[in-house]
Formats: sequence, C-alpha cells, structure tokens
Amino acid sequence: MSSELFYQPITALAAALAEKKLTAVELTQAVIARTKATEPRIHAFNSHDEADALAQAAASDARRAAGQSLGALDGIPIALKDVIAVRNQPLTASSKMLANFVSPYDAGVTEKLRKAGAVLWGRLNCDEFAMGSSTENSAFGPTSNPWDTTRVPGGSSGGSSAALAAGSAIATLGSDTGGSIRQPAALCGVVGLKPTYGLVSRYGLIAFASSLDQIGPFARTVEDAAIVLGAIAGHDERDSTSFKTEIPDYRAALATNRGPWKLGIPKEYFAEGLDPEIAQAVEQAIAFYKAQGCEIREVSLPHTQYCLDTYYVIATAEASSNLARYDGIRYGHRAAGAKDVVDLYYQSRAEGFGAEVKRRIILGTYVLSSGYYDAYYLRAQKVRTLIRQDFLNAFKEVDALITPTSPVPAFKLGEKADPLALYLCDIYTIGVNLAGLPAISVPCGFTKSGLPIGTQIIGQPFRESSLLAIARAYEQAHSWSTKHPIL
Amino acid sequence: MANAPALDIDHVAKLARLALTPEEKAKYAQQLGDVLHHIAQLAKVDVSGVEPTAHATPIFNVWQEDVARPGLPVADALRNAPAQRDNMVIVPKVIE
Repeated sequence: MSSELFYQPITALAAALAEKKLTAVELTQAVIARTKATEPRIHAFNSHDEADALAQAAASDARRAAGQSLGALDGIPIALKDVIAVRNQPLTASSKMLANFVSPYDAGVTEKLRKAGAVLWGRLNCDEFAMGSSTENSAFGPTSNPWDTTRVPGGSSGGSSAALAAGSAIATLGSDTGGSIRQPAALCGVVGLKPTYGLVSRYGLIAFASSLDQIGPFARTVEDAAIVLGAIAGHDERDSTSFKTEIPDYRAALATNRGPWKLGIPKEYFAEGLDPEIAQAVEQAIAFYKAQGCEIREVSLPHTQYCLDTYYVIATAEASSNLARYDGIRYGHRAAGAKDVVDLYYQSRAEGFGAEVKRRIILGTYVLSSGYYDAYYLRAQKVRTLIRQDFLNAFKEVDALITPTSPVPAFKLGEKADPLALYLCDIYTIGVNLAGLPAISVPCGFTKSGLPIGTQIIGQPFRESSLLAIARAYEQAHSWSTKHPIL
Repeated sequence: MANAPALDIDHVAKLARLALTPEEKAKYAQQLGDVLHHIAQLAKVDVSGVEPTAHATPIFNVWQEDVARPGLPVADALRNAPAQRDNMVIVPKVIE
C-alpha cells in the first residue's frame, strides 16, 4: 500500500486487509500517527483512546487470521461525532454540561459498527448539542478546515468532516438535523450522506430535534458511504421512529443501478445569495448528467422560502423540550451553592449551556408557550406538510433533485457572528430534514482560491440505493475524491 | 402573529429554568426579536385544511411485547451522578 494509508478509501484498505498486505493494527497506527500530526492545527477530536483502538485492531487481526473476518469494515478505523454514545468513553456533545460524562451504553449505530468489526476511533468535535453550522459553538474550541486552517469546516459535524479530510479517520459518522452532515462534507471536500428519517436508529444519539435528527456517514467515496450505510441502517425497537424495512446491499446496488435517470432542478435553489463559483460548479455537474443521457427537468418547490422559518420553529421547540433533561440532578454539570432544588436547575443550566444553546432553548420555549403554540409551532407543523408535499410532487416527475449543498464555500473563523447570517448557511439543506428525505453531498470542484464545493442530490424516501448510484456515476467520471489538502 | 409580539424574556427564561445575566437578557431579546420578525412570514402561508406533520416517517403507533428485560445496572446508571450515596442521587432538600 502507499505510504498515505490514511487517505485510502475503505474499498482499497479492505482489499489489502483481505489479501494480508496490511494489518488492522498497522492501519490504526497510521491513523493515530496522522491524528497526532494534524490535531494541533485541526482540532477535530474531543477525545480519543489509542490503547482501546489498538486493542480493537488487534482483535480484528485475530479474527481475520482465524478466517472469521466480519467483512469490509473489519479493522477500519471509524471516528464518531461526540453526540453518539460509545460505552465507557466520554460523550460531551461539545458542551460544558457533559464535559465529564462517560457513556454507560453503546448507541444502536455503535453496536452495529462493532458487529461489522470497525475500529471505533475517537469522538469528534461539533457545535454544542449539534446546534450550529461552523463548529465554532463547541465549548472546547473550534475545529479548523484542513483546506485552509483559517476557515471553518462547516457544522455542526465539523469534526467529522475535518478529521476525514485530514486523514485522521478512514470514515466518520455525524448527525444531520438541518444539514449538519451535508454542509460540512461540502466545505471539506468529502462525501456526506443523510439517510431517510427512520432508516438509521437514533438510540444513543444525544437528541437535538427528534423529528429531524438522523445519523449518517462521511466517507472518501460514494462506495465507502454505501458500505458504512449498509452497516448502520436497520430497524431498532429502542427508537420508536425506526422504520421496519428491508436493508438492501447498497454497495452491490451501485453496480446494477445505472440510469439514465430523470433529474429535477428546483429553480428556487438557484436564486440570489448563491456564490457564483458554486453555481457554476453545480451547473457543470448537471451538464455531466445531461451528457450521460439523463433527462434534466426544471421543477418547483414553491414553499422553499418558508423552510428556514419552519425549521427554526420546529427545531428549537424540540430542542427546548429535549434539553429540559439537563437539570444538574442525575448527570451533567451541577452548579455549586444553589439555594434549593429549583435554583439548582437555573444555575446548572446557566453554567452548563453555551450562548447558542441558550438562544435556541429560549426561542423554542417561547414558540411552545401558552398563547403562542398555535401561531408558531402548530402552524410550522402545517407548513412542514406543504414543504414535504412539494418534494413528493416533484418526485412524481423525477427520480432525484440536484442542488448546491451550501450557498457559500468555507468561511473564515469568526466571520459570521450574527445568528441569522449563520442560519442562512442551511438554506439548501433544511427542506430535506423537514421532509424526512435522504440526500448526499458529493464533491464537485474547487473555488479559484482552492476551497471545496459540494453538490447535493436529494432522493426519494428509502431509495438510498438509487441516490448512491446517481452520486457514484458523477464521482466515477471525476477525480475530486482523490484530491487531499496539503497539511 | 403578523406582528410578532415582544418576547418577554424574563417569563420565557423562567419557563426554561434558565438563569440569565442582564447582558444575556438584552442580547437575546434583541437577537430573538430579529429571528421572530423573520419567522412572522409563516403567517402568510395558507394552511387551511392542512394536517400538521409531527415527523416524516409513515409510522403512526408502535407496540412492543410487554416482556421483562435487563435494564441498566445501578452502578452504570449512577456513574455520572454529580453526588450520590447508598445507590441514590443526592439532591438539595425539596420540602421544607
């Protein structure tokens, strides 16, 4: 294998492991060494446990030596966003509130990755409680973009995208409530997949907005994303919104699902505010599909202008409810010197939560409060129905939609101080969460100043096989996934 | 809703059991005023006859067999408690 093991895709590494040209311990050592070399500049990780990772890798090598390999992920180091529980490891949500919390159990996806033999490697930085689009809201300091360390990696799963782009993991998991996988994937030049709501268990995921949250993979290639998705998807009775559906072999489906496809271009997604270099790169991706014989059709999602408002009502309402559990009693930060138990709630929450979390708790509490519930929360849930209907109507005509992932490339750390300006970064991604759809961000070029650009492909519910195949067709004809930052 | 009412920050902070400094109150009241002004455009949408969507999965009720199964061991459940004694979480006095 090449000296840069840490930049190889899962497919190549799995082949080398199977052919005994490489051991899981060697691979894990390479990833650990790379992490040590890049972390002072990137800060993608909140914590990692070398001894634990190497023990998992040794167990993987022992399985393979005994002829009991668990498949393509056996021995592959995968790092998880620090909102996904890994038993006996820290779980902080990048919040002071959980700075000392240690997971008493594994999340559903963690169990599944263990069963697939993956080497669970490190917990990745993010915006506090996954609230943000830049990873600057972390209580433990921001993460830098490996392509330009003066810029943000996107968010909220910015540690997940930055670690992968830096070579500090072979694949990573993130969570996506309004774009938190796809936007950082675009800003860091990697593939990011948000699955259909209900496909991947949320058991053991720290809840932000329960009707929108979904766990998904970051990977170097679409095929790698298909492999990881296949490992983590599937029904889990511990998540009551987990959907009972047959999980296909997503990787095998890439070979059989060849198009040509009917692709829709939502005209509302190419309006003002879109960076011209991003518009051009996405238009070139659309031209590629057209040249491949795909039918390209303009479609309309007429309620797009209401997505951001609908999202901020629903997401903050659910967040205010979910974060009520952090009261300083059973776990989490407890303030010293409180007068009584109610004062303990007030002070522990004041000390434990950061500014953006408090802002969203207040907005969410307000829209749910007596006298305003119907006007805000109930109305937003109805507009949500119209937004979902827009997408389902479009899918009567087309197989998938193509849009930009983010209106802007990676911006400077500290550049977007105004909350509303930052909320606008999610303008192309939040409709997908409101409608519960799968969507993927695929690298589609670079700006003149060398910053990655991503294009988003939005698919039909539970049709990840088709979505991945469409993305793969573009990826195979381009070389973006082989480019890496100079670090 | 067309004109978003002023957000009573003290009332909302009390509902959220969140102690705020005077500086935080002033800052959040202004920032959230901007956000509420933006959100007010939802009032323009005709939602008559539209059912609300709670989540997008076609699941409407979930039943499970009522079977006993092991829960979290006490030591695991208590390992993150800020203060504990004799397998219990210690809290400030609740009743005078």
